[in-house]
Amino acid sequence: MTFIAKPKVAHPSLPRNTLGLTRRDYEGALSTLCAGCGHDSITASITEAIWGLSLEPQNVVKLSGIGCSSKTTAYFVSGGHGFNSVHGRMPSIAMGANAANRALTYIGVSGDGDTLSIGLGQFCHAIRRNLDMLYIIENNGVYGLTKGQFSASADIGTKAKKGETNQQPPIDPVLLAMTLGASFVARSFSGDKAQLVPLIQAGLKHRGFALIDVLSPCVTFNDHEGSTKSYAYTREHYEPAVHADFVPLEREISVAYQEGETVPVVMHDGSRIVLRKLDSAYDPTNRATAAAQIQERMHSGEYLTGLLYLDETAQHEFHQVNSTPAAPLNSIPYEALSPGSQGLEKILARYR
Amino acid sequence: MAPTTTRVNDFTIKIATVNGTGSASANTLLMKSIFRSGIPVMGKNYFPSNIQGLPTWYEIRVTREGYVARSGRVDLMVAMNAETYTRDVREVAAGGYLVYDSTWPRPALLKRDDITVLGVPLAKLCNENFNGVRTRILMKNICYAGVLAALLDLDVARIRELLAETYAKKPQLVESNMKAIQLGYDYAKANFECPLPLTVEKMDRTAGHIMIDGNTAAALGALYAGATVAAWYPITPSTSLMDAFKMFADRTRTDKDTGAKNFAFIQAEDELAAIGMVIGAMWNGARAFTATSGPGISLMNEFLGLAYYAEVPAVIFDIQRVGPSTGMPTRTQQGDLTLAAYASHGDTRHVCLYPANPEECFYMAVQAFDLAERLQTPVLVLSDLDIGMNDWMCRDLEWDDSYRPDRGKMLGKDEVLKLKKFYRFLDVDEDGIPYRTLPGVDPKAAYFTRGSGHNQYGAYTEDSADYQVVLDRLLRKWATAKRLVPRAVIDATADSKIGIVSIGSCDGAIREARDLLAARGVTVDYLRVRAFPFSEDVERFLLSHELLFVVEQNRDAQLRALLTLETAVEKSKLRSLLHYSGLPISSAFIVEGVLAELQHERAAQPKGVARA
Repeated sequence: MTFIAKPKVAHPSLPRNTLGLTRRDYEGALSTLCAGCGHDSITASITEAIWGLSLEPQNVVKLSGIGCSSKTTAYFVSGGHGFNSVHGRMPSIAMGANAANRALTYIGVSGDGDTLSIGLGQFCHAIRRNLDMLYIIENNGVYGLTKGQFSASADIGTKAKKGETNQQPPIDPVLLAMTLGASFVARSFSGDKAQLVPLIQAGLKHRGFALIDVLSPCVTFNDHEGSTKSYAYTREHYEPAVHADFVPLEREISVAYQEGETVPVVMHDGSRIVLRKLDSAYDPTNRATAAAQIQERMHSGEYLTGLLYLDETAQHEFHQVNSTPAAPLNSIPYEALSPGSQGLEKILARYR
Repeated sequence: MAPTTTRVNDFTIKIATVNGTGSASANTLLMKSIFRSGIPVMGKNYFPSNIQGLPTWYEIRVTREGYVARSGRVDLMVAMNAETYTRDVREVAAGGYLVYDSTWPRPALLKRDDITVLGVPLAKLCNENFNGVRTRILMKNICYAGVLAALLDLDVARIRELLAETYAKKPQLVESNMKAIQLGYDYAKANFECPLPLTVEKMDRTAGHIMIDGNTAAALGALYAGATVAAWYPITPSTSLMDAFKMFADRTRTDKDTGAKNFAFIQAEDELAAIGMVIGAMWNGARAFTATSGPGISLMNEFLGLAYYAEVPAVIFDIQRVGPSTGMPTRTQQGDLTLAAYASHGDTRHVCLYPANPEECFYMAVQAFDLAERLQTPVLVLSDLDIGMNDWMCRDLEWDDSYRPDRGKMLGKDEVLKLKKFYRFLDVDEDGIPYRTLPGVDPKAAYFTRGSGHNQYGAYTEDSADYQVVLDRLLRKWATAKRLVPRAVIDATADSKIGIVSIGSCDGAIREARDLLAARGVTVDYLRVRAFPFSEDVERFLLSHELLFVVEQNRDAQLRALLTLETAVEKSKLRSLLHYSGLPISSAFIVEGVLAELQHERAAQPKGVARA
């Protein structure tokens, strides 16, 4: 499995974003995942979303841990730096990187094993710190690289490929994130690009921690009869509750939305998300009732999807709390950091 | 009456108290008043891993020669803790003194014919003069400082001056503290023959010096190195390093108008996250560090391996404490030498720096950042609790304003654009160090960092040859590191065939021991390693001596193990002197150890010490 370079020739008729770049400019190395893997669809959605936002490729920082999902950061935006760290520890790398340079866009891709088992602690604390990043979980309920063990997101009663039935309750990242105070919580399905792309765009624009749990079936180890994370089961049981349309700063809202069913939310940079409620009883701005409904529907076997909770007014983003300057810390000239020999003289006076 | 010895500016006071009773301020007051009178002084704190109620000791050594280690003897014991009376009495050297709170007389318990016991009713004095339980407890400790002021002939004006500085914002406390000092002082004057034969006489040997602990000095080093990201998980005895960094950074890096802070201070959820944050920040171009102790290093192993293999700089301060496991968190040891050197699975080796005192903590902290970025690898600074948490007399720290951080081989946008293509792990200069870029520079500068197998172009690989190209280059980098790290400190003036090899905080005790040995006709050369990998001079010293004492503070002779693994030295030449009680090593321990071993050698080989 060596590095395979994709041909970098763009057809002149390919559409270009406001930077004049085509989708090809946002691609990465060729995927080495199994044919039909849900993760590859998510990679395509990420590529589409970032292209659509016209982000400079070098300003995108891609972070991951270990696992099938974590490999995918190599498969998009090759013009951005990537860091494939150790198992379950991506959030701490992201935290350090973000502390050093707040001006870049951080996107972390993880899996259900990487996030909910070995990395559960770091995941929770990244949310607590309201680290400004988009965190995507490619959730398939199974360990792929080690051939099919249940993960912590496996549902009770789901069957493994070899026939074993899971009896432990799952950890749901969406409910967990809501409990921990996350200000952007979404769920989607790798097979629903129309829903996922605007969610990724909104997540990237959100100031603070944005979580998207993406149900992403594993074709090799978890796509059989009896599995609750198969393509067939997911298609049948996922229930869009709130659709999010992302409206970039430079585009006016042209579609007329029906009043009462739509909620426009202004992001901190002035762009907008228009939340379209598909379930009129669902309120994505009320943490308590939203969480209750997600849980209730989950008990009846349904996954509510879409932008399930959003609080764009949250003020506890890491840099806000820590009063760091607007300029990235890694750009501050040394002269502004050292108190110099005169400063040292003053400091030493205390120790005489 | 017990026999007495006259000792001017050369004696040790040990104060036994209960922790959480405010004795620390009394002890600092005593020590600083001696320091300000121009007399070199050493202070060591032996405290429990507890908030309140357990035994704690403080040792003040008045040393006109300027020795910085424990001597191993106690001339005056202040026994304030009935629970430890028995052992405290036992520890006083013959001819010495013991002061205790005679509110509750203990004639039987304190009986020893060869020392002088001085009873002062401290609790009674304080109960009669102060109100409130807490105040009475605190003042009882200040009161013994007054007793010692009279017994040792300390300058009371200096004590007042120090109290005035400490309580600049609460002047009423200066008066109450002085009242307690005076109570003790007057009682001693009225009841004992003052001063004792142990006296303090003014000198002029502390000018140009400060009393500072190593954690504060290391924090200052990080500040001056330009560190902007500090991440850590609280652990004794490293926490005060982070506290000090925050204090200095808050004061010197906060914009007066906007309140913006030119640093990020992150309390992590554990040590794994702390080192992850440091690696993430340094990967992204900020100078970042963490401070921890042995248990933290154990947890950081996986990430240290990643940073070694993915070539990400990181700075880690390991303030060593007593292991194994949780061990004795508030006692000192050099127990992480092998752990730090080879932390993580697979073929990993790390650059380590070994400061011997707070002064070196300051300079080595700066050096650690420069080396980490120059070599693109983690650098561990191995201090210990003795250096980190005790106040040491050091030369004034100096700063050269022309210093600029060495960012190492980092390419900016213009440089990258001039290249045909940028490859992260190519050995362009044949020194084993590749070039790196920062995120955000240019799409052409982008590369993928991974702990999985990669080739020299930065791509994933499982190809044997491609994998080995990178592994072998890392070895060349290690050879470069050998040339860049601080050289050993060698004192070979003795021109002896016998040498002492040591590390870190053993230094003070060894210097004193060499003087004591010389006075007894035994001259020994001395080498102190200051970094791993060992520089060439270490190997030369080992090969040119016939008998080497390896002095270190752990049970398993870890420095000796490293020396035998990493140099060609013949194992049988290395004799270990191992001190691992949890207390700092004393000069007496080394003198006795060397003499005993030499005697043993002589007995075994009548022709002489040296063996070819």
